[in-house]
Amino acid sequence: MLMNADSANPAPPHVESLPLVVESVVKRFGAVTAVAGISFEIAAGGCFGLLGPNGAGKSTLIRSIVGRVRLDLGSIRIFGEPVGSTAARADLGWVPQELAVYPLLTCRENLYAFGRYQGLSGKALDDAIAWCLEWAALADRAKSPAKTLSGGMKRRLNMAAGLIHRPRLVLLDEPTVGVDPQSRNRIFEMVEALRTGGTTIIYTTHYMEEAERLCDSIAIIDHGQIIAQGTKEALVARAFGSRISVTMHFGATRVDLEAWAAARGGTAQGGTGQNGTSQGGTGQGGVVLCSVEKPAEIADLLDAASRDGLEILDVTMQRPNLESVFLALTGKDLRS
Amino acid sequence: MIGAILQTSFRSLRRDRGAFVMSFILPIGFFTIFGFVFGSMRGSSTPRVHVLVVDEDHSAVSRSLVRGLLREPSLDAATHPKATKENPAPADYTDATAEAAVRSGDAPAALIIPAGFGAHPISFGPRSGSGSSSGRPTFRILHDSADPVAAQVVAGMLQKTVMMSLPATMATAGSQYFDQQVGGLTPQQRKQMDAGLAYLRRLQDRGGTDSQNSQGGGASNSAANFSGFVAVDIQDVVGKSKRNPMIAYYAAGVGVMFLLFTASAAGGSLLDESDSGALDRVLSARVTMTTLLAGKMTYSALLAFAQLTLMFLWAWLVFHLDFFSHIPGFLVMTAVTSFAVAAFGMLLASLARTRGQLAAFSTLIILTMSALGGSMFPKFLMPPAMIRVGYFTFNSWAISGYTKVFWRDEPIRSLGPEVGVLVASGVVLFVLARWFARKWEYV
Repeated sequence: MLMNADSANPAPPHVESLPLVVESVVKRFGAVTAVAGISFEIAAGGCFGLLGPNGAGKSTLIRSIVGRVRLDLGSIRIFGEPVGSTAARADLGWVPQELAVYPLLTCRENLYAFGRYQGLSGKALDDAIAWCLEWAALADRAKSPAKTLSGGMKRRLNMAAGLIHRPRLVLLDEPTVGVDPQSRNRIFEMVEALRTGGTTIIYTTHYMEEAERLCDSIAIIDHGQIIAQGTKEALVARAFGSRISVTMHFGATRVDLEAWAAARGGTAQGGTGQNGTSQGGTGQGGVVLCSVEKPAEIADLLDAASRDGLEILDVTMQRPNLESVFLALTGKDLRS
Repeated sequence: MIGAILQTSFRSLRRDRGAFVMSFILPIGFFTIFGFVFGSMRGSSTPRVHVLVVDEDHSAVSRSLVRGLLREPSLDAATHPKATKENPAPADYTDATAEAAVRSGDAPAALIIPAGFGAHPISFGPRSGSGSSSGRPTFRILHDSADPVAAQVVAGMLQKTVMMSLPATMATAGSQYFDQQVGGLTPQQRKQMDAGLAYLRRLQDRGGTDSQNSQGGGASNSAANFSGFVAVDIQDVVGKSKRNPMIAYYAAGVGVMFLLFTASAAGGSLLDESDSGALDRVLSARVTMTTLLAGKMTYSALLAFAQLTLMFLWAWLVFHLDFFSHIPGFLVMTAVTSFAVAAFGMLLASLARTRGQLAAFSTLIILTMSALGGSMFPKFLMPPAMIRVGYFTFNSWAISGYTKVFWRDEPIRSLGPEVGVLVASGVVLFVLARWFARKWEYV
């Protein structure tokens, strides 16, 4: 079950205490390189966000971490042990994106099955089942078949099944897909409870607000590589500094909006004129994106627009967030 | 609107390989099998019946009859076992060895030509001289009543062959009967009769009339109830005390066919779990693919065991199969059959990529195996080549084993070939299934 020759070597002492160490991992599928030399480490006790657009290589990396991918190069260690080893399997809990439970079995029976697959038995298994049912707020549905549960309950059961053996490192792969706000909030509470209890969490999501709320540290993956990594604040500061973005919508004008925006360090893009077309200086409206250091500088922009005879339809100010960073780094083009 | 519905339906069918196979390939494949089974009989209503011939008379007449029987196209007659390297010149069958061969299922019937036949070749006419107590030697047909056709065919063909291969003997005996009943012939009639008989003797010495060119010239099929030219006594040597000769056969045949479907469906749970992601989750725990496959196969085998047990208990309850006197043999055959079909189900599942594929190919393969292996119609209706092909199916070996247990009352040690083949097949299929299951292990 070793992923590569390197993983057979003993881990350096500092690696043994780290929940996850990914070193120069490469995975190719024919001519396509899904993961192109990714390396990172996760410190114990936090929640690590793994973000990336579809097709970025995120799923391959996740499957590599849970030992379901044969790596072409590199190594992955969980608490110093190579993935796939018995010790690594015991320390890692995986909650897949799919509802990977047995639909005809009850909640308790599902937890029993996955507990047994993790080597639990007897009182340890009974205790683990009781803890999971309580943690996932499913104690009153313990005898209900999984297929009869609501979407939110199924998600919680899916999470509980991944944690039945109380692993030290948990990988949650988009755990809130398709659930209502109440269930999502409940899942946030479950994740926070885990983190409070000292469990290290890897959290993947396409909802940036979830990552902002839950994750201490974040890595953004694209084209099989980590393109940014750090705390949310650090990522924002690195991408945008401390500047505030200003979006100005103008009515029909003969002013060349591109030149006007460029003179103020901004861009005119994607603006929609009154007849639905975009462009500056053609007698139609448009959108200008600028950034300012301080909110007070917005007044200067408005004054300039008035002076130049531009009709201001709307002005919005936004401090950059994780989504801004994500879109800025990965672009707005549709992915697969 | 209907055009759009048709277009959508046909496009979907074209892209669903499983449904496509089920719609077109399966019926053609199945038709082909039936065509081979029944179409290869070349106009005959039944395939050649294998019969062992024992000549206890050793007269010129009986030897002529044996030659006629060996040439009879409806029969696959043999006077001795096939030569082997160990026994290049096997001895002719005797009454005892022929009966043993019928009991063990080597042949469905044996024909015993009685001593004295040459002296009293017909069952009517003058009674004199030595022979049976009635003065007319009686042929015996020892048969296995699991094949209800064989004895009737042999009896009928015997009457036919007697007439076709022994014309002079029959005519001579007939003239003696005529002489006795009518009071003799005139010298002129006697002369003409002798000339005719001389011609028939020459013909008989050359091997009789050509029965291959005289289809339909035989005796009645209901020869058992018609004394005919020679007296025949049909004796059951297997299954005399059995109430229904085919119940064990079909309990095994039908049981194994559905076992194969059950095993295929049970193996298909791997595909379901792969689709749902549960398989990934299980394999990321402390479960290896070998353990998972072994567990699934054990479940499938236990399910199969329970199904077969229920099938035979039903046969006992409804058809009075003597189940409880054959428990050890039943347990052995059920265990090995369940193991083999479970491994087969695992292999099918590991080869398929989708549930649709699995359903299509398992249906095709299982129905084909069942047709060839004897689950759908008795083997004695099949041509020999098809029976040989059937040996590549589980159905054939399972039916053979259960027949030994329930029909022939053979001891467990006689199940060696069936147990060996089924266990070896199960092991090989499981190893293959494990090999193909690598696709689920890693990407």
